[in-house]
Amino acid sequence: MEALKQELKEKIIEVLNLEDINVADINDNDPLFGDGLGLDSIDALELIVLLDKEYGIKLLDPKLGKTIFESIETMAAYITEHRTK
Amino acid sequence: MLENKTYIHSTCVIQKNKIVLNGESIFSNEIEGFNDFAKKFYQEFEIAYPKFFKMDSLSKLAFIGAELLLKPIIDPLKENNIGLLFANKSSSLDTDVKYQESISESESYFPSPAVFVYTLPNICLGEISIKHQLKSENSFFIFDTFNSSFMENYANVLLNIKKADKVLCGWVEYFNEEYKGFFYLVSDEGEIEHTKNNIEIEFNK
Repeated sequence: MEALKQELKEKIIEVLNLEDINVADINDNDPLFGDGLGLDSIDALELIVLLDKEYGIKLLDPKLGKTIFESIETMAAYITEHRTK
Repeated sequence: MLENKTYIHSTCVIQKNKIVLNGESIFSNEIEGFNDFAKKFYQEFEIAYPKFFKMDSLSKLAFIGAELLLKPIIDPLKENNIGLLFANKSSSLDTDVKYQESISESESYFPSPAVFVYTLPNICLGEISIKHQLKSENSFFIFDTFNSSFMENYANVLLNIKKADKVLCGWVEYFNEEYKGFFYLVSDEGEIEHTKNNIEIEFNK
């Protein structure tokens, strides 16, 4: 799980072009949206693509994203349970 | 209609890894590629606007020009009625090609929403408007070459019918790492008269 969290932080920084942010700046329970990393709605769509591309998870109901993408912790837990690759 | 005289208040040219503001070179480097050049500019001028890194190259080019010409005149406490009038030749083709590549293979069909949003040329006007909180008129036109006559007329109409107090005009051409950004602010004050000839002189400097 710890390796997955680290991997997720690296991928999020890369995919969302978070140039000013390092892996060490993201805590596992920090909110990804709002006050946390300040991601926006396009970033949310990009995270849905990331789940599909990297972990084979097709999120058919985008509303689920609100809880899945709450933090690195919630993302890692969801991926661990649902990944197909 | 009685037309007031209008002036080119300030100019900015960005090309070949060099930025010239009002005739004076203010930034250049030998770095490879426009995106790294833009990143160096961002760092050196302490822009502090992380959304910059999410933009495509065309929007970055427009953003830099607007930043340099608008920052000195924007009053953050007031509504700034500054029109945006931009044009180029290649539209958003640079990003269109990148997006097309991301959807060309059915086995790895992962269209990127973050790339897709930049497959319109006028998105760069939205980025400028968000950054400077402009709720003013904006238009983006596609021409084969820089059309000084059209730009002069259109900017004057905006000013004369009071649709804008000032107009930021721009030619933002970007395709395959080849680029030129030419920006000028049209206002009722300045030293260079806003005429087709003077626009062309500034464009070709």
